[in-house]
Amino acid sequence: MIAGRQTGFGLALVALGVLGISGPSIADAPGAGGTMVEKPVTGEQIYRQICQACHLADGKGGAGAGKFPALANNPRMAVAAYPISVVTRGKGAMPWFSNMLNPVQVAAVVGYVRINFGNNYPAPVTEADVKQFGAPPPKPEE
Amino acid sequence: MSIKDFTPSRRQLLSAIGTTAGSAAAMQAMAVLGHAAESRFTGPPQLTGTRKGASVLVLGAGLAGLVAAYELNKAGYKVRLIEYQGRPGGRNWSLRGGDTHVEVGGAVQKVEFAPGNYLNPGPWRIPHHHKTLLHYCRLFNVALQPFIQMNHNAYVHQTDAFGGKPMRYKEVATDFKGHVSELMAKAINQGSLDDKVSKEDKERLLEAMRSWGVLDKDMAYTSSLKVSAQRGYDLPPGGGVGGAPTPSAVASLSDMLDSKVWNQMGFYFNYVMQTTMFQPVGGMDMVGKAFAREVDHLITYNAKVTKIAQNAKGVTVTCEDMATGAVSEAKADYCVCAIPASVLSQIEMQAGDKMLASLKAVNYSASVKTGLEFKRRFWEEDEAIYGGHSFTNQPISLISYPNYNFFKDGPAVLLGSNAGGLGGSLLGGMEPAARIEAILAQGEIIHPQYRQEFMSGVSVAWGRVPWNMGGFSRWSDEARKDHYANMIAMDGRIVLAGEHASYIGGWMEGALTSAIDAITRLHKRTQEA
Repeated sequence: MIAGRQTGFGLALVALGVLGISGPSIADAPGAGGTMVEKPVTGEQIYRQICQACHLADGKGGAGAGKFPALANNPRMAVAAYPISVVTRGKGAMPWFSNMLNPVQVAAVVGYVRINFGNNYPAPVTEADVKQFGAPPPKPEE
Repeated sequence: MSIKDFTPSRRQLLSAIGTTAGSAAAMQAMAVLGHAAESRFTGPPQLTGTRKGASVLVLGAGLAGLVAAYELNKAGYKVRLIEYQGRPGGRNWSLRGGDTHVEVGGAVQKVEFAPGNYLNPGPWRIPHHHKTLLHYCRLFNVALQPFIQMNHNAYVHQTDAFGGKPMRYKEVATDFKGHVSELMAKAINQGSLDDKVSKEDKERLLEAMRSWGVLDKDMAYTSSLKVSAQRGYDLPPGGGVGGAPTPSAVASLSDMLDSKVWNQMGFYFNYVMQTTMFQPVGGMDMVGKAFAREVDHLITYNAKVTKIAQNAKGVTVTCEDMATGAVSEAKADYCVCAIPASVLSQIEMQAGDKMLASLKAVNYSASVKTGLEFKRRFWEEDEAIYGGHSFTNQPISLISYPNYNFFKDGPAVLLGSNAGGLGGSLLGGMEPAARIEAILAQGEIIHPQYRQEFMSGVSVAWGRVPWNMGGFSRWSDEARKDHYANMIAMDGRIVLAGEHASYIGGWMEGALTSAIDAITRLHKRTQEA
């Protein structure tokens, strides 16, 4: 079901393109100009490129002085509005990704997590859902 | 006593003003006395009249916790400092041969660097105006050396510019100002700016463009020996027979625009990126180690804080020994909590809703820094690059060259990535071996010597650092407005400190200034109590 919907994603994607860091910088940021990363299209690609940096490849999260919550076998994935809200607004140390992902991409990755890692919530997640339950990116400090 | 003795030095005067009227007044006084507002630092805190037996628990032995413990101890408080890791410094950290780095998820990297080589995974450069940090470096005899921030001979690389060939910064930067100057001169000469610029200013602007852009007699930017004296020659000047130089060819306006070199030119204008910058000799962790020499007897290592409670009488902190699992309690009159918000927001803390909400309002970066050790300094030997950065639009973002041991034979370590944003999460999401492979594959596009000379690498994905659970803090405008004041306000007997509780996020100076401000307010509170 998800795979069928993904065929249309390529057209709907806006360019992820250059993640600009140009202009004044306050934090000790990487440097000038930003970098180019291949545009992730499918939910799985987005998960691999973004989410697994903290939630790990198997979605089980991890622990140290604190925790990165598991997305695997997580009943909070049952209602898509929750992960949509977290991905677009951020939560605690997790930043918002609404500046990097458009609503179609957010829907793709939320849909992917909901039917993988032991989660079984096959109801499709749509761009409209993201627009309804998500949020545009906050303005980062200059 | 002569009259001279009654005239305070500028420093004494500022110190007195700072002590009696607060740092804001001292700042104003500095401006009046003709100092530019370079830094808020007017000297270490003057905490006098400490009540006998007053005690403070400091949580987290990063720079914020260390400076708090040092100054409070010096002021006469009974201090205990509790640290999760087995070493001091927190993100003030260096990795050397023999060290091990374990990530969230369990991946282990053993560092194989030769003696003397290191990676600074966290902070790695000190601006000349970070005066608090420089003060403590000087106080503790931490030797500093120049951090070469700007290198005209390093590369600018864009995958879709100049056929993917890396260009020297001096070439494209010279071409940028040359082409822009030519266009500006044309606009002036065509009268396009007549309604905005007076006749006299037009003439001065034309002269500026001619000189700054190195334009020819027709006010055009063209290849010449004069231009080559900035962007470099095809054959540089020499001595004796055949010593005459030959000029290099300037790039076209369109090619130069592809390079987006204005990003680098602008980068070097940033207040926090301007020269002069410094680094400690031998690794950034020399700073944390220097503090620890002063307060090591106060530190309990390998202790995980699991609960922070307070009542009208004092603070009780529950800790778990990381080795034995043994649970213990520590008590004091007050608590300076310098645990990063990424971790503290997950610890049970008896504080008001406002402070607790503030801890969830900052998010953390997940950049990836990588140290690559090579058999020789090919960037120096083959390419005459001594320190500084080559920038690329690939996820690694940059390659930064070591600022020490120039010209030395033997292995050397460079910074192979400082990936942020999507590049950071992309690389950070890989297992270490795959990460190093990806970083080599990107780096060899700039330095083809990479594969031949590579020995070993270690990468730190800040999204997976178990003791920090993220890199450095980032505020949105909205969160700053709603939560910053609540974060720094003292809540009962608890006050927070760290780079997240500052406007200098991601810098050691932020951690230090935040902690000094926090303990100054705490001290004032104890005086009132």
